[in-house]
Amino acid sequence: MKEGMIVEVVGFEGYEDTVIEGYLARPVTAGPTPGVVVLHHAPGLDPWCKEVVRRFASRGYTAVAPHLYHRRGPGHWADVAAAARAEGLAKAMPNDQVMGDIAGAAAYVRAQPGANGRVGVIGFCSGGRQAFLAACDVPSLDAAVDCWGGSVLPQPPDPGRPGPAPKGVIHRAPDMAMPLLGIFGNDDLNPAPEQVDEIERVLTKHGKSFEFFRYDGAGHAFFASDKPNYRQEQAVDGWERVFEFYNEHLR
Amino acid sequence: MCTWMTEQIGIAGAARGVPDWLKVTRANVFYDHPVSAPFDHALIIDFVNPDAGVGARVGIELSAASAWELVRAITAALESPEAQADLAAERHVLPGPEHETVS
Repeated sequence: MKEGMIVEVVGFEGYEDTVIEGYLARPVTAGPTPGVVVLHHAPGLDPWCKEVVRRFASRGYTAVAPHLYHRRGPGHWADVAAAARAEGLAKAMPNDQVMGDIAGAAAYVRAQPGANGRVGVIGFCSGGRQAFLAACDVPSLDAAVDCWGGSVLPQPPDPGRPGPAPKGVIHRAPDMAMPLLGIFGNDDLNPAPEQVDEIERVLTKHGKSFEFFRYDGAGHAFFASDKPNYRQEQAVDGWERVFEFYNEHLR
Repeated sequence: MCTWMTEQIGIAGAARGVPDWLKVTRANVFYDHPVSAPFDHALIIDFVNPDAGVGARVGIELSAASAWELVRAITAALESPEAQADLAAERHVLPGPEHETVS
């Protein structure tokens, strides 16, 4: 556990060399430091996501969370997120743009003083799906963690929801080029347990390196300590699985 | 005339305010993960003016039960004779289609 850290808002080049904002924390240490790119969930780069960034710094990682809605600004992060969400996911966070922003964030972390050159990605909810895709699409990364990423699989048409059904990203699984850790709650509806079964089946078929931890008594977003879905026992264990995984692949 | 009729309801949720009056031209309504309200999902309404930047926003995040109570209170308030007269006269009706959905 590192007692000291430096926390700052930074700018770095993301997709198509556009400079976007990120929230960065790094430990005060002379030792070599691995990096983590943290992908926020749909509400945006909120206080809980920033806590996650600082959690990684406290465990000896330089972490940065790219503000994936940055281009919809300027303005307060919550207003920017509200404007982006109103326009829909496809326009607010197109996959190519997010992948470019992740690659830029990874390069920025790798350029920090003391970086050991290895960088992982972790994402929550929509960020979990993006982390899965990044494992297939951003070869500069070394490891990926998908926390309850929704719509990794194509979703069936739902007359109750407007617009086309999500196409999913599972078709990119053959391109996965790094180990993947998955964290899921068995009470989740997206991804539901049978969907996680299917993701496991596809990754196994393609011979990919992955490890899934699936928790009873937990649903969606059970790490979110400010919301009712928080599950203390499962979350504590899940975080230890994350740090074990990164300790193996990033140090 | 002044109606002096107010529907008061208890609600659970969060609101993001602005320091002064704001022209609003659109309401974005969705049920999704809230930013501030301590729920996993919430009924979110953003009253915005897209032409005035992203900060031109009054946002509320309500529990589903609170939102239903709000619907009931709005419906009750619209029963007033003044509201019924305005509706019948089609006052302040917006031109063109105002219902849009995105996903």
